[in-house]
Amino acid sequence: MNLHLEKSPQERFAALLEKAGECAAPEQRDTIPRIYIGMATCGLAAGAAETKAAFEEVLAEQHIEADIIPVGCLGHCYAEPLVVIENPGFPAIAYHQVTPGKAKVLVKSFLVEGDPLFEYVLAAMEENDLIPTVADFPRFNLEQRIVMRHCGVIDPTDINQYLVKGGYASLARALSLPPEEIIRMVAEAGLRGRGGAGFPTGRKWELAKADPGTEKTVICNADEGDPGAYMDRTLLESDPHQLLEGLAICAYCVGAAKAVVYVRAEYPLAVETITTAIDQARDANLLGRSILGTSFDLEVTVFQGSGAFVCGEETALIQSVEGKRGMPQHRPPYPVQHGLWDQPTVINNVKTLSTIPTIIEHGSQWFRSVGAQTSPGTAIFSVVGKVIHPGLVEIPMGTTLGTLIFNICGGVPKQKQFKAVQIGGPSGGCLPESFLDTPVDFDSLTQAGAMMGSGGMVVMDEESCMVNVARYFLEFTQNESCGKCTFCRLGTRHLLNILDRITKGQGKESDLDVLDSLARDIQRGSLCGLGKTAPNPVLTSLNYFRSEYQAHISEKRCPAMMCRTLTAFYIDPDKCARGCEVCVGCCPVEAIFTAKGRKKAIDQSLCVKCGECMVSCPPEYDAVKKVSPAELAPIVERPES
Amino acid sequence: MIQLTIDGTKIVAQPGKNLLQVCLENDVYVPHLCHMEGMEDPPASCRLCLVEIEGVNGTVASCRIAPRDGMVVTTQSQAVRQLQRSALQLLLSAHRVDCRNCASNKRCALQQMAKFLKVPLKVKHLDHLLDETDYQLNHPVLEYDPGKCVLCGKCIYVCTRQQAHPVLTFARRGFETVIGFMGSTPPSELPCLDCLACSAICPVSAIYPKKPEAASSHSPGPADQRLNGVGKQ
Repeated sequence: MNLHLEKSPQERFAALLEKAGECAAPEQRDTIPRIYIGMATCGLAAGAAETKAAFEEVLAEQHIEADIIPVGCLGHCYAEPLVVIENPGFPAIAYHQVTPGKAKVLVKSFLVEGDPLFEYVLAAMEENDLIPTVADFPRFNLEQRIVMRHCGVIDPTDINQYLVKGGYASLARALSLPPEEIIRMVAEAGLRGRGGAGFPTGRKWELAKADPGTEKTVICNADEGDPGAYMDRTLLESDPHQLLEGLAICAYCVGAAKAVVYVRAEYPLAVETITTAIDQARDANLLGRSILGTSFDLEVTVFQGSGAFVCGEETALIQSVEGKRGMPQHRPPYPVQHGLWDQPTVINNVKTLSTIPTIIEHGSQWFRSVGAQTSPGTAIFSVVGKVIHPGLVEIPMGTTLGTLIFNICGGVPKQKQFKAVQIGGPSGGCLPESFLDTPVDFDSLTQAGAMMGSGGMVVMDEESCMVNVARYFLEFTQNESCGKCTFCRLGTRHLLNILDRITKGQGKESDLDVLDSLARDIQRGSLCGLGKTAPNPVLTSLNYFRSEYQAHISEKRCPAMMCRTLTAFYIDPDKCARGCEVCVGCCPVEAIFTAKGRKKAIDQSLCVKCGECMVSCPPEYDAVKKVSPAELAPIVERPES
Repeated sequence: MIQLTIDGTKIVAQPGKNLLQVCLENDVYVPHLCHMEGMEDPPASCRLCLVEIEGVNGTVASCRIAPRDGMVVTTQSQAVRQLQRSALQLLLSAHRVDCRNCASNKRCALQQMAKFLKVPLKVKHLDHLLDETDYQLNHPVLEYDPGKCVLCGKCIYVCTRQQAHPVLTFARRGFETVIGFMGSTPPSELPCLDCLACSAICPVSAIYPKKPEAASSHSPGPADQRLNGVGKQ
């Protein structure tokens, strides 16, 4: 008799968990300090590797025993490299911008002498009498971390750390339930696809399950390409097992034995982390053959995309996996019926799949209680641009844009005025101040002319020219158009040309009507989502900032003074200090000369409008002025030498 | 048999044909460019054969619609015409209009559609997207004019159908997309001169056989080698 074959998945999982607990938290760990360093791509870019080396060096020097644990990203980009130190006798404390120098000081002062160095502290991670905790900061306490709960807390390369946090328990539970029941749970939870369009996940799974196809596949779409968006990368790098657990549950539900994680090759660390995670999960019998002793097999592979933005579109993604040109196909048929190799294929975003384990864990009623009525759950945004605390933010759906930008992310720095927020990347729209009360959920954002997209959010202040912003995004989509359909291939090119002309002061009165009607035609006529949404930045900015377009065209004036052709610098002789040469030294093109009275002036024919002179002019003089239109700058003749 | 209504007229259609074919067979002209009889998966890329169907939001490409019983189709609504004109104008704005010297003159697909949609061949409200590419197909017997090509993809389709080892494919992407020549077959073994299906099917004479004297002087250029390299991989 082979007794172990009769164990239920949950019993097998319990045994696995016991073993993991021993590996992850041996007894003596409570007596030595632990140093957690955020080592995801963002942390590494800020110098986390050097910080880690510094910690190792000084620990060895001082003969201190401590654990250095590389973790993922906590989402606080402004504070990188971010280090959390658990020193026995103290609460866990987070330190921001820990340079190698700070690292050395921290070891000597905090670990040796017991002084937590308040000047470097970001906040304490737990309640205490000594240091303000993260709960006191809106950047932490207005967030609700569900999908990102383990990000920056566990070592992503160690499956045991995920297991002791309760990981894979949902998979074990799911395997003891019939797939229909789990699909019903997901459907009742009201989870909508986090890739941007918000299609009900339960419905998609139901369709795939019902299809008679035999070789079903689940694809995790991690082809994140919006400028300024990096939620998927962070999840892959910080908590890959949560994604794999969701992927496995999905595959079990729809009856797939194969799964693909489609991640772009530009994310080398994410590729490495997820590959390691797959191997570990397979070794632990959580993936691979006969998962937890059941008859459910799942082979997960990683497919590296070559970086075409359009391959994030599901039909183009499938073409790419099949080895063809990444060009979108007409839908219907939808991939859920005719997908990879013409078999039923479920394609879900990283965040969608990463949400699944918590739904199984806490139930659909709980999930429905979070977020908005029609969009339950949380949304993850990467808030970048002109905000004080940029980074990844996970908020309940329905939080207003104003709360997100001003309360959580600290608002616009340098006392500048907020102007607009671009949501949903190049497919989204620019919303002005009057939309700050808009709740963040699928329907409200679409209604406002933007879209949820995958969660990129760029905040702009008064110095951003909306025409130029629209031009920037059009340049992106135009570059990324696959060239298949007429509207996207040629239409976006025309839009870009017109916007380009306007920012150079060569716009015509008729351009605005052409922009508007062409943009609407592209929206209605394009084949795929890329083309259908590409005109959004143009349409929203035309709608909400029309006066800026008009100023460019009729007055040749850029209200934000950003478009170079339409601006000019000049030096106010009344303010310029006699004999001061600072601006002359920093001008890269020698456009500044000495005019009458030993005051400086700018030769407009040479000036490249880099603005260096304005930056360098001492604030007590403040003599360099920027104007638009360019004709406003007085012409000063260069004296003949 | 399927009964449907197209522009108010009841029509009986055989199953297995798409809506565009049904329209054309029943003398309802719907402009189209990339569709060909017998295609299993029409690319629906030209965005010209748009129609409106009752109960369906917006306009849809009729080449991808299987007629259903009771379907009510409109082929000439204002929304449809607006998009068709817009698509045609976009194509014309990137097409070197030189009808007098063009082999397709009088049988050109663009001319036909322009006449039907009442769109002048010179588009006034859009800039002409000048084609400044130095792209060469570098094919021993075929000449290709990217300034004329409308990228309908018919040449690639027929090449794939006729040849066991097709030699044409799309190359580059986005606005720069062109027809590319791929394959490592030596020029003497290429079946192209006896086939020329691509040239016959091209609606705008953008791909055509080289003149005999030009054909013999072919030497592989850099682009040629690059594309051949792709083929070898």
